Amino acid sequence: MTDFAPGIVVERDFPDAARDALANTQLRRNIGKATNTIRAKRLKVVGEMPDWQELREAGRQIKAQVARHLDTHLLKLEEAVTAAGGRVHWARDGEEANRIIGEILARHGAREVLKIKSLTTDETGLNSALAQRGISAIETDLAEVIVQLGEDRSSHILVPAIHRNRAEIREIFKRKLAGTENLSDEPAELAGAARRYLREKFLTVPFAISGANFAVAETGSVAIFESEGNGRMCLTLPKVLISLMGIEKVIPSWRDMEVFLQTLPRSSTAERMNPYNSVWSGTRAGEGPEEFHLVLLDNGRTDVLADEPARETLACIRCSACLNVCPVYERTGGHAYGSTYPGPIGAILTPQLNQPGPAETLPYASSLCGACFEACPVKIDIPRILVHLRGKIVGRKKETLAGKFSGEAIAMAAMARIFGSARLFELAQKSAVIGQKPFVRGNVIPSLPGPMAGWTAMRDVTPVPKQSFRQWWRAERGAESSAKPGGSA
Amino acid sequence: MQVSLFISCFNDTLFPQTGQAVVSVLERLGHSVDFPMEQTCCGQMHLNSGYRDETVGLMRRFLDVFEPCDVIVCPSSSCVSTVRTSYPRLAREMGDAELIRRTDALAGKVFEFSEFLVRKLGVEDVGAYYPHRVTYHPTCNSLRALKITDAALALLRNVRGLELIELPKSEECCGFGGTFAVKNADTSIAMLTDKLANIRSTQAEVCTAVDNSCLMHIAGGLSRERSGRRALHLAEILASTEEGMRQ
Ligand code: SF4
Repeated sequence: MTDFAPGIVVERDFPDAARDALANTQLRRNIGKATNTIRAKRLKVVGEMPDWQELREAGRQIKAQVARHLDTHLLKLEEAVTAAGGRVHWARDGEEANRIIGEILARHGAREVLKIKSLTTDETGLNSALAQRGISAIETDLAEVIVQLGEDRSSHILVPAIHRNRAEIREIFKRKLAGTENLSDEPAELAGAARRYLREKFLTVPFAISGANFAVAETGSVAIFESEGNGRMCLTLPKVLISLMGIEKVIPSWRDMEVFLQTLPRSSTAERMNPYNSVWSGTRAGEGPEEFHLVLLDNGRTDVLADEPARETLACIRCSACLNVCPVYERTGGHAYGSTYPGPIGAILTPQLNQPGPAETLPYASSLCGACFEACPVKIDIPRILVHLRGKIVGRKKETLAGKFSGEAIAMAAMARIFGSARLFELAQKSAVIGQKPFVRGNVIPSLPGPMAGWTAMRDVTPVPKQSFRQWWRAERGAESSAKPGGSA
Repeated sequence: MQVSLFISCFNDTLFPQTGQAVVSVLERLGHSVDFPMEQTCCGQMHLNSGYRDETVGLMRRFLDVFEPCDVIVCPSSSCVSTVRTSYPRLAREMGDAELIRRTDALAGKVFEFSEFLVRKLGVEDVGAYYPHRVTYHPTCNSLRALKITDAALALLRNVRGLELIELPKSEECCGFGGTFAVKNADTSIAMLTDKLANIRSTQAEVCTAVDNSCLMHIAGGLSRERSGRRALHLAEILASTEEGMRQ
């Protein structure tokens, strides 16, 4: 059983965790192969849509509108769910959500509960919280099954076992599932083994927990889109269904769903439509669950909402397109991010849901290349938010003595001073020419000490040439020709 | 046309030859170039590292220096993108109406060098001669922020003697990312290694781009590999002529 509760508490600094991940050759190959395949597929299905950019913009606007009037939409949702026979619970944080869900299950005397793949329950660490009550949560999404049986941690928000290959999956199944002695690593056989294990659970366990892709306020309907149909089993067979959703998942009306039904599957699994689209509203006699609970989770989301420049973080529909196109994620995989939410979205979401600490290294885990922003179906400007979060971290550090006098803060202040005057700047250029002398070998600097050592580990440095551009200009053209723009040179 | 050169602190200090190349191409095309000597840095590094107060100071300074200019040209797409995109945004975040007006006005006057040639002047053939095998790396800012890859490629296609080889997976970041290359050196190196392998696969002698920052990163790796290849700013290829070679 996984015991990484809750899923958003980051324990290691990203550069350290990344160093280990980069050395894992099997992981590099598995993730590199998977992300490159899905990238190509996504480009193809997105390319089929002549109005893709308009759809992205529409998605962005819907989500921005939701964020502006979140309270109204949530109250409307509560009203509609209640009218349809469901019960709505409000959870301030993960612990409260776990307790609410645990108590519902305990009231029914549950020992086991089925689970549909849900990031939000991973975020709150629900499985381990339930285990403490003696209730085992049984993952039913194939990739989650692999992660759970492998006593592993998810490394991708859509394909949690993306870091595993077939051979590794076979070994996990052989260790954990009965009757798998002669299992091959053929995908069909692996799926068959998982199916036999899951079928029995579907038919015997009358409780299920899901997340939610969307909840429609006007009718109180909750929607789950998936590929395997295992989710559909969990949503229809059990007697009691509990759905945990982040408060940002509400959308006002069915009309809004139309946009996401086009953008989400294309951006996530690179399908035109998900094979299984399940929508339910409350309960109905003689059909599906008899009892339905919707748990609305805040867990730091209202703080994100209050920070205007970062607010659009909440627009995320968890498609995972940003992970798949990210050159950092492609190389480090998801575990290096130490959170339920890895990759570019994780680099902005995790630190916002977290305490200061190792999570503060995540906004720096990006070269700001912008591939995520370009792919995002709701146009979240992730690089801009990364920079905004860096600014908040710097601001916090400047308030402490150690932060104020850190090497970086001092260097940045000194640079700002130098750039504040053309005369100082030119002086600094000249001193660099002299200062670099001990390090220059031939026409490169092959090695530098201190914080620059990471650079020269693999990259030679270009030495500062004797004559800067401005010196050349002054020598060639004279300072007068440059003083007043408009005069000809 | 009167063109004011915004060289960027990085080029000024480390790559003066790129600035000289820009001056030479523009003058060859009959334009006048001036260089406002008071310029220093646009503040990009401070901005991207989260040092906002310092950035605002440098932004105000940049406005004072360049506001009198009519057309500003810069051989660095990331600096152009700072002035064009980040300045107006920063001004808005500060809610300063006067700054918003000033940064908006400036944003419309600053151009990346290849963008300026192709989109503003309508010139694709600058009369250059460069008899080498070359591959082009679209840097992230030129590709995604400014979207000017086609301009650079058009210019390269018109260079006599130049054999342009397409770079596989060209749209992928080289791993530079400013302080990222130092703060996350391991990941940055892993990205660079793949970029170098792709460059090697083209058998090109020269990898060119419109940002010397990324090129310095790539060049640092090429040099360390003793790969027999080098990195060179697009402006320097465009400045190269048959007459120049004979000299
Ligand atoms: S940030 Fe955008 S691309 Fe990334 S998972 Fe969320 S919706 Fe998808």
